[in-house]
Amino acid sequence: MSIPSENTIRIYVMGSAYEVPRGLTIMDAMEHAGWRFTRGAGCRSGFCGACSTVYRHEGDYRLRFVLACQTEAEDGMYLVQLPFTPAPRVSYTLAALNPDENVLLQHYPEIARCVSCNTCTKACPQDIEVMDYVQAALRGDIAQTASLSFDCIQCGLCSMRCPADIKHYHMAQMARRVYGRYMSPITEHLEERIVEIEKGVYAEEVDALVKMTRGELEEIYAARVVE
Amino acid sequence: MNNTAYFPGCSLKAEASDYERSAAAVMEALGQPLEELERWTCCGTVYSLTDDDLMHQLASVRNLIRAQECGAEEIVTLCSMCFNTLKRSKVFIEQDAARLETVNAFMDEEPDYEGGIEVFHLLEILRDQVGFESIEGRVTRPLSGLRVAPYYGCTLLRPREIGIDEPDTPMILQDFIRTLWATPVEFAFQAECCGTYQIVDTPEMVLEKSHRILSSAMRAGAEVMVTSCPLCMHNLRLCYEELRSSLPEKRELSIVYWTQLAAIAFEVETGELPASMDKLLEGLPTSMELVR
Repeated sequence: MSIPSENTIRIYVMGSAYEVPRGLTIMDAMEHAGWRFTRGAGCRSGFCGACSTVYRHEGDYRLRFVLACQTEAEDGMYLVQLPFTPAPRVSYTLAALNPDENVLLQHYPEIARCVSCNTCTKACPQDIEVMDYVQAALRGDIAQTASLSFDCIQCGLCSMRCPADIKHYHMAQMARRVYGRYMSPITEHLEERIVEIEKGVYAEEVDALVKMTRGELEEIYAARVVE
Repeated sequence: MNNTAYFPGCSLKAEASDYERSAAAVMEALGQPLEELERWTCCGTVYSLTDDDLMHQLASVRNLIRAQECGAEEIVTLCSMCFNTLKRSKVFIEQDAARLETVNAFMDEEPDYEGGIEVFHLLEILRDQVGFESIEGRVTRPLSGLRVAPYYGCTLLRPREIGIDEPDTPMILQDFIRTLWATPVEFAFQAECCGTYQIVDTPEMVLEKSHRILSSAMRAGAEVMVTSCPLCMHNLRLCYEELRSSLPEKRELSIVYWTQLAAIAFEVETGELPASMDKLLEGLPTSMELVR
């Protein structure tokens, strides 16, 4: 495919060709082409995971996976948006769990179907070692699962690609919750601060803030000392 | 040992942590500490018997690549099942250049597996590289008179081309037991299957098979049974608890990992032992008592 002009590129959305200006993100390019996102768009800043996009370059056999709001549109991209991942999430009461090494396997038993094909990792727009955290979960290493999956934005592409139908991102979210509830070290200063608040140490200061006008608040905000 | 990477496997990090703790302590005592493979994944169990099912070889081959990446020449396992899966997969994939090529092409995010990483069980390393005689020299608390049944199960021995000893007449565990000054107690079902993963779907069948193994060893006079497989351990201990009253002898049988037996004889970290084992050991002098 020849480039239509120096300043434009050709992209394909749902099979139709569009000529759009060069230098836009995939999301901006699609909007420029007249598409309106009713789903599959959220924070537009790379944090929410709503705009997971699958594309293929003309002439390339490989599917690629990105966030539409974070990736520049390129000439010859065949694009498809995935507005929703139909992955079931298990319900549980965090405080009532037995956080032993089998807790993840018990709630998401399909992780035992992992054959280490690594397709999940290749599908991750966040460059997370997805298979490695599934493997850590499989051997009951909750801390490692939580740590390796920390940058997950829950876009669901891993689960859409997995030949073993694992729900990686929901399982990892559970691991992070279990880690936070049962394993992460208690921060002493937070405990101390809660006691102070309950004793009413800051009550007077908060009351004064509540009574201030917007102008007064803006003034003290501008004058605040930043550590 | 040669340049060897230790492959733990998932069970060793969970239910079978006593196996790992005792093995680590024993190897430390022999001056050959275990060095854990980096970024290992599940071995790929259960080994796929389908010839054209390369997808189920990926896990094993990926671990062989991890060993290759860190410059290791061989992988050593403690779990019999991991040993079996990794070694069979290695043999299968190296047999046929086309298979290796397909697997390497699929895993294009990894360096190609070049072949040649050897897979051993720790028992083999001790027999063939370290030598049982140097183990004997390290024993500080000889287990004299302790009657120990060697339970092999399936995956250490079969199929023949990957087994660590003769599948029908294995001797390696008996020799190892003698090295610790204990007495091996041979029994008819020492290489019989415990029932393995059938524990999930047909536990009654597993209990029946395990019951046969336990009764056979107890009738032969065993006080201790050693195994090298976390799954056999699970099934045998479960059977022992559930069917205790129907087992032949009044005497107790302590089922432990073979490395725990060595750890006792070396007087190093054993991991948790069954209460019945503690009772047996009360009768055995420690090194301090021997010195006196």
